[in-house]
Amino acid sequence: MAYHDNETLKKEYGKLVKQKSPKVTLLKNCLWAFFVGGGICTIGQLLNNGYKALDFSKQEATTLTSVTLIFLGALLTGLDIYDSLGKRAGAGSIVPISGFANSIVAPAIEYKKEGYVFGVGAKIFNIAGPVIIYGMLASIIVGIGYYFFGQ
Amino acid sequence: MEKFIGSQTIQFECPPHILGASSIVGPKEGEGLLKDYFDLILEDALWGEETWEKAESKILKETIHLAIKNAGIAIDDVRYVFSGDLLNQLIASSFAIRSLNKPFFGLFGACSTMGESLILAAMTVEGGFAKYCVASTSSHYCSAEKQFRYPLEFGNQRPPTATWTVTGSGAVVVGNHGQGPVITHVTPGRIIDLGVKDPMNMGAAMAPAAADTIVTHLKDTNRKPSDYDMIATGDLGSVGKELALELVKKQGYDIEQVYTDCGVEIYESDKQDTHAGGSGCGCSAVTLTGYLLKSMKAKRYNRILFIPTGALLSTTSANEGESIPGIAHGVVLENIE
Repeated sequence: MAYHDNETLKKEYGKLVKQKSPKVTLLKNCLWAFFVGGGICTIGQLLNNGYKALDFSKQEATTLTSVTLIFLGALLTGLDIYDSLGKRAGAGSIVPISGFANSIVAPAIEYKKEGYVFGVGAKIFNIAGPVIIYGMLASIIVGIGYYFFGQ
Repeated sequence: MEKFIGSQTIQFECPPHILGASSIVGPKEGEGLLKDYFDLILEDALWGEETWEKAESKILKETIHLAIKNAGIAIDDVRYVFSGDLLNQLIASSFAIRSLNKPFFGLFGACSTMGESLILAAMTVEGGFAKYCVASTSSHYCSAEKQFRYPLEFGNQRPPTATWTVTGSGAVVVGNHGQGPVITHVTPGRIIDLGVKDPMNMGAAMAPAAADTIVTHLKDTNRKPSDYDMIATGDLGSVGKELALELVKKQGYDIEQVYTDCGVEIYESDKQDTHAGGSGCGCSAVTLTGYLLKSMKAKRYNRILFIPTGALLSTTSANEGESIPGIAHGVVLENIE
């Protein structure tokens, strides 16, 4: 048996691992993601229509829709339901805004025991942090592009 | 007479006894395939504590107390405690053993810790440095998820190669005389790394180390796989088990008839949603102290090669793109008349 600097053996083993490891069930995962993700968006649209029907302006209705979905995501996380959904739906429940709520509430629950400053405060953006950073970066790049070429 | 044989193996002159053992597991393990073998199944993974870490420490502490009781000795008789776990700086072990008031060796062998602690306890006892020693380890699904992966409530997806960290602890009292099976040989393992980088496929990362220790052990002792009633690796899961079989076969040994893996034995993976099986220090520990030793007591198995396996990675090494080094320690348990 060889040591870790034997590249040929590592390559051979890599092939064997690939062959023996069960594949991710892509189609099933896609269907789950499509229907759960689509379902969340449909709920969002219904909420939006509902708020508009209640005579909120377009902008107010959009904000209220986001707020409601974030609230629902947070509530379902606290009730130990959202992670069971995410286990099956994957990106279908992570990508919508309710998933963003889940990614913030989950660390808040987990790290509360380490205190409000070094626990919740320091670690609440453990998962959502990268999304915020790169979201901001992307908006800056798009903004610069818009400034020069968009008008 | 020299006690070391071959390249890595130790053959004990006066094989130390396993005088007593114990296992405490969480609720999920209590619904698994080995549920009838455990000493205590918890209804709640927190066991009345405030945090997962405190719960894990309590499980370990109570398991050690129970093993000492099962061995029929008093805590004062124990000379040294060998223990380790998965948490940073071994907090589960140190906080559990703080109240025992006994000299303590903290070990890190990742999920191979039950093997490492058994080997060292057996060597200490056989060397005449102690009459009784405790070898133990623990893991907890929730504290491990928190440290290595994501907060529990985060809705992420696990690939089919992922394993489920066992909540549980196993402890063994090793002594120089008395009843119970003996430890005749031990084969401490080398670190083997064949370049697997996926922390969600740890069975694949550890399989080469398991295969290396199995083959080395058989060569050192000049034995055949059929000399054993069972060869049980620690927590390779279904994927790693297949790979280990294949790698051992390539070295000219066919172990299929006697080979199993504790990670495959412990859960009913289809029903319990554990994907490739169980893992964690507790996986091999509770399978040993529950299933294996109780089966030996019933004389269903009389000679077992027990090989806990460990993946020596950290979240830092994984993020920095390092591959996952594996280790596996072999321990031979035998019923003697």
